[in-house]
Amino acid sequence: MSAMPSIPAIEVQALGKRFGDFAAVSNVSFAVERGEILGFLGPNGAGKSTVIRLLCGLLRPTSGRITVDGIDVGRDPEAVRRRIGYMSQKFSLYSDLSVLENLQFFGGVYGVPRQAIGERIQDALRMAGLAGHADTPVHALAGGWKQRLALGCAILHRPRVLVLDEPTSGVDPLSRRRFWDLIHDLAADGVTVLVSTHHMDEAEYCNRVALIDRGRIVALDTPANIRRRALDGELVEVRGTPLGRLLEALAAYPPVRDAAVFGNAVHALLARAADEAPALAAYLAGRGIGEVAVARIEPTLEDAFVRMIGRQAQGAGGAA
Amino acid sequence: MNANEITVAATGLTKRFGPLTAVDGLDLAVRRGEIFGLVGPDGAGKTTALRMFAAVMAPDAGRVSVGGVDVVAEPERVRERISYMPQRFGLYEDLTVDENIRFYAELFAVPRRLREQRAARLLAASSMERFRKRLAGQLSGGMKQKLGLACALVHAPSIVLLDEPTTGVDPLSRREFWQILYGLRAEGVTLLISTAYLDEAERCDRLALLHGGRMLYCDTPAALRARMPGALAEFATPAPRQLRDALQGRAGVLGVLLVGNGVHVHLDQAGRLAELERQLRDSGVPCDGARLVPPSIEDLFVALLGGAGTQP
Repeated sequence: MSAMPSIPAIEVQALGKRFGDFAAVSNVSFAVERGEILGFLGPNGAGKSTVIRLLCGLLRPTSGRITVDGIDVGRDPEAVRRRIGYMSQKFSLYSDLSVLENLQFFGGVYGVPRQAIGERIQDALRMAGLAGHADTPVHALAGGWKQRLALGCAILHRPRVLVLDEPTSGVDPLSRRRFWDLIHDLAADGVTVLVSTHHMDEAEYCNRVALIDRGRIVALDTPANIRRRALDGELVEVRGTPLGRLLEALAAYPPVRDAAVFGNAVHALLARAADEAPALAAYLAGRGIGEVAVARIEPTLEDAFVRMIGRQAQGAGGAA
Repeated sequence: MNANEITVAATGLTKRFGPLTAVDGLDLAVRRGEIFGLVGPDGAGKTTALRMFAAVMAPDAGRVSVGGVDVVAEPERVRERISYMPQRFGLYEDLTVDENIRFYAELFAVPRRLREQRAARLLAASSMERFRKRLAGQLSGGMKQKLGLACALVHAPSIVLLDEPTTGVDPLSRREFWQILYGLRAEGVTLLISTAYLDEAERCDRLALLHGGRMLYCDTPAALRARMPGALAEFATPAPRQLRDALQGRAGVLGVLLVGNGVHVHLDQAGRLAELERQLRDSGVPCDGARLVPPSIEDLFVALLGGAGTQP
């Protein structure tokens, strides 16, 4: 952490957006440091896209304020947009144009100066690992290659902030890792990255994650801290046969706060796993469950996510 | 009911598109009541294989039988027993949830007295009862996928083929979706599911890892993880890039991956860890500790496929 107080790359204060009676975003505040990768997680319709549109100046907030690099989005949306690169899950490429033609087109759209465009395109081709494929039509590229090209297009104008909307939907694991290596390199060069995603393995690549539910931020922390703190208890993996009876028995056992099938086992939430596991195993054996095994496991980000959103829903008196 | 009964079997299954061999001599045997995952990158042949099992595409070579019926000889009889949910399931956006289910029930000739009962059960299982009168076009992505599944299940198939069913679905809906699949499995339904997401693959009973139309490995997730060559270590550090650069190329380091709060390092053997920590200390790279972590299916996949997938 630098000793010099610096302006955050993005600062959001008490942001609110209503569509008629519907509060899509309520009192959202957060700040993102330069070079930080922040993930947005949340159910469909939680408000992730609305926050992103507000940030890009595509929607006007009902209340609150957003600054990007110290510039107020409400006062000067054009200046903010010039500082933002956006990549959508659909990649928005022209599939009948070549790799080079797409880069030239987006360079024009983003107003890259004529004298700089040649060099920027070469940089983008190198970064995306597409050197030597400039003339390949985009429809002939595999998903991971399209994704890297879309990223190349989104950073031609050297944005300070990069917004990625479900960037690796439908991309294979090898390409996904390569993509994230590029994102980390950009972040190290000072680009601030916002990522909205449904995929927890993608969220694990972020420095911090904001969990959004019903227009509010319900958690904002590093993935490790969210995993550690989100659960109101400790998770165990319970094996036993038959699986159906095992699940019923666990659901009926008061110390178990939550139980769900996962593969060939049941994940169960206990207050303190080490103290309660022996009694749990004995209880299951007494219920006629065979081959019982109980083992403490580390919760995944998805476990944390599902539990937190579930608790929010209970707190709000059931699903809206 | 024999638990080891094979319900979906392929031998030497092959499909070519011009010069491309999309599925190349695939041998596969799926047991009754099993959730079997077809896992692999884009272009691995997952969708093509599912289409051949579903009798919507004929193989160029090999044999495939589903529910004891030869798919090539009697495609119509196969279609009665199975349900196939393609990546874009054909929902009618201008019909309501109820109307979509009724449409598919009629299409599959479900007896009238069973229709209402099945629809109610499927909607309850997917927490969609409150949305029965809503137009399908107004549902979120996750709800559309759940409605697609309900429509695909309304004729009570004994074999269900699902092609990347949870792409774009949020984690809560995805959990519900999987709870429905586990419920079907408990009833003895056989499920074949393709996915590019390896955290999802961990939920299957067995997996086939496909690449370039061929099957590389087929086993349970736990057994596959045990095949991971070497060991995986997680380094906590405030300077991940510096640590990555310091470790890359060192003896015994097979791969380095930046993750949110640190660096994942694939080692040729677990014993390397202490040595690497010492080297980092000596070279002044900040490191808050390292520990061995269990590899995920994705780690395994990347380790096994390392250099592959470099063509556009």
